[in-house]
Amino acid sequence: MGRITLENVQKKFGDVEVIPPLNLTIEDGEFVVFVGPSGCGKSTLLRLIAGLEDVTGGEIRIDGKPATDLPPAKRGLAMVFQSYALYPHMSVRKNIAFPMKMAGMDQAEQDRRIAKAATALNLTDYLDRRPGQLSGGQRQRVAIGRAIVREPAAFLFDEPLSNLDAALRVGMRMEISELHKSLETTMIYVTHDQVEAMTMADKIVVLRAGHIEQVGSPLELYKAPRNVFVAGFIGSPKMNLLAGAHADRHDCATMGIRPEHLDVVDGGGTFSGRVGIAEHLGSDTFFHVHVDGISEPMTVRAGGEIGLTHGDTIHLEPQADKIHRFDAQGLRIA
Amino acid sequence: MATEHSKAAARIMIAPAVFVLLVWMLVPLCMTLYFSFADYRPLRATFEPWIGFDNYVSFFTSSSFISSVVTTLQMVGGILCITIVGGVLLALLLDQPMFGQGIVRILVIAPFFVMPTVSALVWKNMFFNVDNGLFSYLYAALGLQPYDFLSQAPLLSIIVIVAWQWLPFATLILLTAVQSLSSEQLEAAEMDGAPGLSRFWYIILPHLSRAITVVILIQTIFLLSIFAEIFVTTNGAFGTRTLTYLVYQRVLESQNIGLGSAGGIIAVILANIVALFLMRIVGKNLDN
Repeated sequence: MGRITLENVQKKFGDVEVIPPLNLTIEDGEFVVFVGPSGCGKSTLLRLIAGLEDVTGGEIRIDGKPATDLPPAKRGLAMVFQSYALYPHMSVRKNIAFPMKMAGMDQAEQDRRIAKAATALNLTDYLDRRPGQLSGGQRQRVAIGRAIVREPAAFLFDEPLSNLDAALRVGMRMEISELHKSLETTMIYVTHDQVEAMTMADKIVVLRAGHIEQVGSPLELYKAPRNVFVAGFIGSPKMNLLAGAHADRHDCATMGIRPEHLDVVDGGGTFSGRVGIAEHLGSDTFFHVHVDGISEPMTVRAGGEIGLTHGDTIHLEPQADKIHRFDAQGLRIA
Repeated sequence: MATEHSKAAARIMIAPAVFVLLVWMLVPLCMTLYFSFADYRPLRATFEPWIGFDNYVSFFTSSSFISSVVTTLQMVGGILCITIVGGVLLALLLDQPMFGQGIVRILVIAPFFVMPTVSALVWKNMFFNVDNGLFSYLYAALGLQPYDFLSQAPLLSIIVIVAWQWLPFATLILLTAVQSLSSEQLEAAEMDGAPGLSRFWYIILPHLSRAITVVILIQTIFLLSIFAEIFVTTNGAFGTRTLTYLVYQRVLESQNIGLGSAGGIIAVILANIVALFLMRIVGKNLDN
């Protein structure tokens, strides 16, 4: 069981308010991702839930029981750190056993859980090695193993993949997702990478400067971003955001159109411009198009076999039902 | 690029330093070896260049040899205990953020810069002195009979003096080790349910083990040659005669250079055995 509720949770470091009063409910068994640019307070929020930082105000409840003043160990949560935080002088087995040893669990039960975790995480052959003798991905799995054996109410992940190389990251992303499917335990995952957020989450929490900008499923955030910030943050490549005359035509302060919702047409079209950089990925081609009267180049996703290159003229037509409109405050106009 | 020419040039350039080092080390060592096989007592005008192993035999068999080795071990062991335990505690204390941290750290390191003779004199006259020492005032203030440290507990007094001098060194090395421990490891242990004492025992102490062995190694090498503190306070009396001090007494007080040299060679061999053991332990610790 792991239902976590934050009520008016607030954090100040001295006079600096890092997290203004904030409300959030995380349902049991959910995979929740906190995402936002660096310094948005997402790690601080995770550490508040973990109990590694004290809240300045508000209340944290875990399974309905107040946990605000409980020490980290009593909250029944397990955390995987960015640096893995393995104990370098202990073998993998001892690392995984450490939380159970601290809890005074009997040896047979410890061995059973270690064996189970090691099988699940492919660590059986490495149990007697030291963390220093393992690769980055293996260390990551040991850290997860150390979290699993405690059978916690929820797992907390603090940017766990940022120290891995790109190929390994994709693999570990899937392993963590599969782990969530099989354990069905609440997981809270912090990342600055919106691709990780989109691919893994049941629910994404977008944070900026400690504020929750939007909460929703990946597709909700993609289809209906609540404001300009979320619109620009979710989706890759980024949404094209236009102001001025183009926005006026749609009765809004800012209009947004995603690169994949711009069609390349033979002539006419709403926008026409010169192709700057063309990124040919095979399956897709991304064009950076310089349109007169728009300072930033627009990004367009086109099919992989379009024969346009640098300097060519291109005509674009947005799909009318995929245009996002935002008012002067940056909020979405329905 | 290390060409043949530059290698030759490098050798020529370091040659003077190597030469000076060799001369400064080897000449005294060879002379000591030479004298250790001779019956050389200048005040009696005796000089017989070769008497075999007589000096070694009489140094080994004299009752003062074993007692001096025991005293040396007690002294070095005592000082190591105090400096390691105290050093770990002080390092943990100094690692905490506090007001005036910079000044406190400088003050803690200060005793290391006081010369051994001076610190021994300060302790002897200002603290341990029965008539005027601060400890005597303290005892008197509590209504107790002043305690004559240097004659009642001479070995302990010298251990305290030398430990006071070496505590800063241990603290400094251990403090840097404490600071290099990643805070995430401690937080992970906290999440894993380890209370403060367990965190110290299972996380901090193993992290410090390497620094502790380095401190033990370096201190042992220097502590085996303690001299000034004994000379100034007890003159080797009341069971404070270490091996080093015994050698000094044989050479300068008994004016028996041959016997003293033999003792010196024995001391060198014993110190090397200790160093060998320590190096192996440290090497094992530094490996992983």
